[in-house]
Amino acid sequence: MSEIKGRAEKSRQKQAAFGPDLNLEEFSRQGGDWQYDPDYRHFSPEERSHLLTAGIELTDEDHAATFLQADKAIVHCQSRQPGVEILPITEAVRRHDWAKDLLWGLVAVDADKYTARAELELDNGYFIRVRKGMAIAQPVESCLYLRTDRFAQHVHNLVVVEEGAQVHIITGCATHPGVRSGLHIGVSEFYVQKGGQLTFTMIHNWGEDVHVRPRTAVMVEEGGTYISNYILLRPVKTVQMYPTVTLNGEGAVARLQSILIAHPGCELDVGGRVILKAPRTRAEVIARTLTTGGYSVARGHLIGMVPDIKAHLECRGLILGTGVVHAIPELEGRAAGVDMSHEAAVGKIAAEEVEYLMARGLDEEEAVSTIVRGFLNVKIEGLPPALEEEMDRAIQETNKGL
Amino acid sequence: MAPKASFGGFLFTFEVVMLEIHDLWVNIEDKEVLKGINLQVPLGETHILFGKNGSGKSTLLMTLMGFERYHLKQGRISFLGQDITHLPTYERARLGLGLSFQRPPTIRGVKTADILRVCSRGAIAPEVLAAAYDFTEFLDREVNHGFSGGELKRSELLQLLAQNPKMVLLDEPESGVDLENLQVVGEIIAQLLQKDRRRQHRQKSGLIITHTGFIMDYVHADRAYILIDGRICCQGNPRELLQDIKNYGYEECGRCRR
Repeated sequence: MSEIKGRAEKSRQKQAAFGPDLNLEEFSRQGGDWQYDPDYRHFSPEERSHLLTAGIELTDEDHAATFLQADKAIVHCQSRQPGVEILPITEAVRRHDWAKDLLWGLVAVDADKYTARAELELDNGYFIRVRKGMAIAQPVESCLYLRTDRFAQHVHNLVVVEEGAQVHIITGCATHPGVRSGLHIGVSEFYVQKGGQLTFTMIHNWGEDVHVRPRTAVMVEEGGTYISNYILLRPVKTVQMYPTVTLNGEGAVARLQSILIAHPGCELDVGGRVILKAPRTRAEVIARTLTTGGYSVARGHLIGMVPDIKAHLECRGLILGTGVVHAIPELEGRAAGVDMSHEAAVGKIAAEEVEYLMARGLDEEEAVSTIVRGFLNVKIEGLPPALEEEMDRAIQETNKGL
Repeated sequence: MAPKASFGGFLFTFEVVMLEIHDLWVNIEDKEVLKGINLQVPLGETHILFGKNGSGKSTLLMTLMGFERYHLKQGRISFLGQDITHLPTYERARLGLGLSFQRPPTIRGVKTADILRVCSRGAIAPEVLAAAYDFTEFLDREVNHGFSGGELKRSELLQLLAQNPKMVLLDEPESGVDLENLQVVGEIIAQLLQKDRRRQHRQKSGLIITHTGFIMDYVHADRAYILIDGRICCQGNPRELLQDIKNYGYEECGRCRR
């Protein structure tokens, strides 16, 4: 048994550091036997519109490359740009020895039972490599799809942005409209090489009883940029994730933004951690959490290892009606000359803001919508228009519960 | 000069009343703040409210807009003959009352261009309005976020221009405004109140809170009131009243009770 497998075996029952513990035996490992679908013919109109709400457009048009995994099966995997290599991860490690070496380079396989499962019972995952110096204008689209009820999906993703390359990856994670429960374990390791730029936008649209455990780590080398956008607007049972970004080379930059709605019955524990290891690195972590009755922990952790770094953490929570927002911002300076700050604020909608807008002619519902929309308004470039509409719809529906 | 009408050879002079406040008593929480306010603002006229901090001036304007914190215990407010005493704020705004706030709140994530669009209900392009008042660079900024005193007031007044209210309520439009911006603020207010027209052609009225009286250099004010402890203790010519306040202070005004 390899050393990695051995460590994974030993961690089979290891609880995660955060979030509610799950009994993995309660989920099924019997996924559907979905066939490869080059033209997306096997998707019903209902599935298509459902996937759209996770930002997934079932077309190769307007995408540099596309990848779609349903349960265990790779249903679509296609690159239209010579600069982008896209493969199922199982295929990538066969083709490239170096790819295998990158797996578990950033995430510890024995972090908890979820990482262990991803190693011991891997379904698949995506491999995306953007070749040196290639600036890819159109986004790469990847979709991890739960199509069978109660299925536990285990994926391992690897992204390599080579020197000076640029790409925007939009990942939509969703369940089939008929699927209510399930588990998604997603290990993701992203390497941004010197001067590279990776924008990673992840949109979740799961079923109400789905549990989600992403395990993400990112390494950014000199002059590289990593921008992460995470959007969760729809009900889910539990999400626990705490991605870690290491700024390893001089001048590297990270910006992590998340927009979350915790619906009644939801339990979210979502954070962002940035380790600033090189001079003149900069980081910004921005979280907006709205609860309409759910429980949400918003974590943030900045670690300044060397002088001459700058980092800021902003965590804002809005409670509509009932619910909990627990903001835990942490600043850890390990050298004189670090410049780190945070602001955290949790509250309800200010009556004076509502009245201000009403004095401009909006009725109460319109005023509240405008404020909530503004609260969640974190600028994200390159989102499909359908997703913008989905955000508006989600906010409208959120207001109805008030 | 009031509008005139002729019936059967007789000449009547009548005044269209824009805003009428009758015996208004208002509490904030359990504190009595307004104690029986009566006043009328005719069409085309601008009236001034003087008074010390805490005398009830802002409370009066907020009550006119119908904000929840201001509990109306007694009295009636009518606007162009319609009883609006119990109307919600947005209906008053849609009928034609517009308020420039003394200290407007910040609305994060909402752009100034968006709120200008809201104010005009889509009738005016924010870009055109902003260009006319050198405010273009603020269109993409969040509403009131990080604005200086002068910028706040200009933003408020541009919103009112977009809203185009019949009754203009201004809560200390000059406070916190530097000299350079004062003139711009004055000119916008004059435009809001149609001061370029002859009195009988004006369709707008104003009720303005001011401490300095500066605004009276830009808009001819027809009448002024001095509020002391929630009551109108004095009313008359705005310039004369301001001079009295400067000469003798509010205490003396309280004693004089003309």
